[in-house]
Amino acid sequence: MGSTSMERGTYLPKHFIAVLVVSLVLLMLCILASIMFGARPLSLQEVIEGLMQNPDSSAASIIQKRVLRTIFCLCCGIALGISGALMQSVTRNPIADPSILGVNTGAALFVVCGMVFFQISTANQYIWFALAGSVITSVFVFGIGSMGRGGATPLKLVLAGAATTAALSSLTTAIMIPRSYVMDQFRFWQVGSVGAGTWNSLTTFIPFLVVGVIVALISAPALNALALGDEVATGLGVKTGLLRFFAAFAGVILCGATTAVAGPIGFIGLLATHVIRLIVGSDQRWLIPLSAISGAVILTISDVLGRIIGRPGELEVGVLTAFIGAPILIILAMKAKVRSL
Amino acid sequence: MKIHSIDYVIAGRLQRRRRWMLVTALLAALACCLCVAVLLLGNTFYPLPVVISVLMGEEIKGATFAIETIRLPRMLAGLFAGFAFGIAGYVFQTILRNPLANPNVIGITSGSSAAAVYCIIVLQSSKAVISIASVAAGLVTVVVIYMLARVGGNTFSIGRLVLVGIGIQAMCNSIVTYLLLIGKEHDLPAAIRWITGSLNGVKLDELPVLMISSFILVPLIYILGRPLMMLELGEQMATTLGVRTDLTRVLLIVSAVFLVAIATSITGPIASIALLSGPIANRLVGAGNSNSIAAGLVGANIVLAADLIGQFAFTTKYPAGIITAIIGAPYLLLLLIQMNRRGDF
Repeated sequence: MGSTSMERGTYLPKHFIAVLVVSLVLLMLCILASIMFGARPLSLQEVIEGLMQNPDSSAASIIQKRVLRTIFCLCCGIALGISGALMQSVTRNPIADPSILGVNTGAALFVVCGMVFFQISTANQYIWFALAGSVITSVFVFGIGSMGRGGATPLKLVLAGAATTAALSSLTTAIMIPRSYVMDQFRFWQVGSVGAGTWNSLTTFIPFLVVGVIVALISAPALNALALGDEVATGLGVKTGLLRFFAAFAGVILCGATTAVAGPIGFIGLLATHVIRLIVGSDQRWLIPLSAISGAVILTISDVLGRIIGRPGELEVGVLTAFIGAPILIILAMKAKVRSL
Repeated sequence: MKIHSIDYVIAGRLQRRRRWMLVTALLAALACCLCVAVLLLGNTFYPLPVVISVLMGEEIKGATFAIETIRLPRMLAGLFAGFAFGIAGYVFQTILRNPLANPNVIGITSGSSAAAVYCIIVLQSSKAVISIASVAAGLVTVVVIYMLARVGGNTFSIGRLVLVGIGIQAMCNSIVTYLLLIGKEHDLPAAIRWITGSLNGVKLDELPVLMISSFILVPLIYILGRPLMMLELGEQMATTLGVRTDLTRVLLIVSAVFLVAIATSITGPIASIALLSGPIANRLVGAGNSNSIAAGLVGANIVLAADLIGQFAFTTKYPAGIITAIIGAPYLLLLLIQMNRRGDF
């Protein structure tokens, strides 16, 4: 019977290969689209020429900018996708998403405080403030949401998140109002956009992304055990407290770092994870990497769409993701049983 | 013995009635004081006789402009919008029997805000169009949220309503954020009003819509206060007592939504008023009364006081909405903690 358990250990979800291939192809198409579309659309030929030869043409300089934007977008998408998956599995809650839990607002408040009281202005400095804000806020929200009977139910967490968001965003506005220079800086950051990325902010971001991804992948099998409940997980040899801490920490770091460099972009974590879970089920070992890919795909598609809709400018990606993501939240709310709310 | 206990009931009722009148009168008096304060105070202080003679139509250099163009609209907007938010919050909380239920959660204000900002920044439309659009958008938002929350299950659940409301709000807020981004620099101060709610820059000609609808809808809500109290006893009990439950509910909700939407179209969504007013009024007046008027007065008091605090307590002037949000947010969190402890969810 040993072979059966072996097989079980390496068992792949039914559609895994197909989903992987499809999502990778989609990813490629997104990257291509992200380079081709914009204020001045480029033809496929121009893209190839610009990449291969002729680094001085006008197309080539456009391509350079768009390549940076695309890489930036992919990194943010991966981070948000994984962050959503981690938060959902740590809280055992289908509605957990950094934007819904108020983590983005916490990051925003700290960044504004940094701008105002410590005169920070580079991504390098934003990121530490944003991380501190995300960690503190998520601990706070989770603390309130898990009080009382039944632990952290989705509704309690969402309400705690909404209340915290309201409190923090009014504080943010209160700090900004007397200082119009910060307000101008902040309103462009607040909407959530991948267009402002620079190589500098990308290099600041990447270490956090790498750490987050590695922690996520390492903790995935244990998170599967956690899904069975704390007692079972402990019985299976998982240190649940430690696991929760690391997984949540990775989730918060990923989302906080993204917020620092791109501004608050909501709902990607919710969207990416739910699409994947619908297709391949909730085995974290596959869910986490696929959520990363689908997060990147969704964010890139939204960004390209934003550039097409808002031409010649852009419709910031944060606006679009709210539009695509909020209906998912609503559908989840409609599907959920009253009892489990 | 029987007569004695009836006397007891009547005495109790009279006592509650007296307390209701006393509290309402005190709240009204306080609101009047705050209104006068708003008229007197500002960059320059004008004594009461000056204010009165300006209001009587006398031309006084400087004072006429400051009072008639700036302070009077500000005072009226605070009074009426505060009243509207307070009474509407009370109606929602009582009908849905949940302290969390308020126009923000139900998404009316976000829908109204989004429509108003769109009209201002993109269409550059007139005041009347802005009012109509924001009222219509508020109503549509309520209907959409209610339907979506209803579709999900056979039974109505406040939890589902809240979740759907948060989703819709996220969409509306993202529209507002985006419109602010493409808006011109000189529209920004007005735009902040649409995020936080403020009495700054309200003009006299914006107010008649709000005032007229208040004069029609507030008495209606007051008259429906008795059936509303019976509704609180539960659907079946209310029906037995002769209340036409569906009609009452629809009338009340539509009036409340109208009031909130119109008020929002003028001051923007002033946070927490709807959340705070009902519970404060109930605490002051006590149960067993219809506290709609008291709740409205509490709302007006909070908005006027918050406006005064925002104008004078700090070196920079803060819009009223910021002050109310900072007061309201801790209350909301405490309320959640309390509800969680009790196991309401």
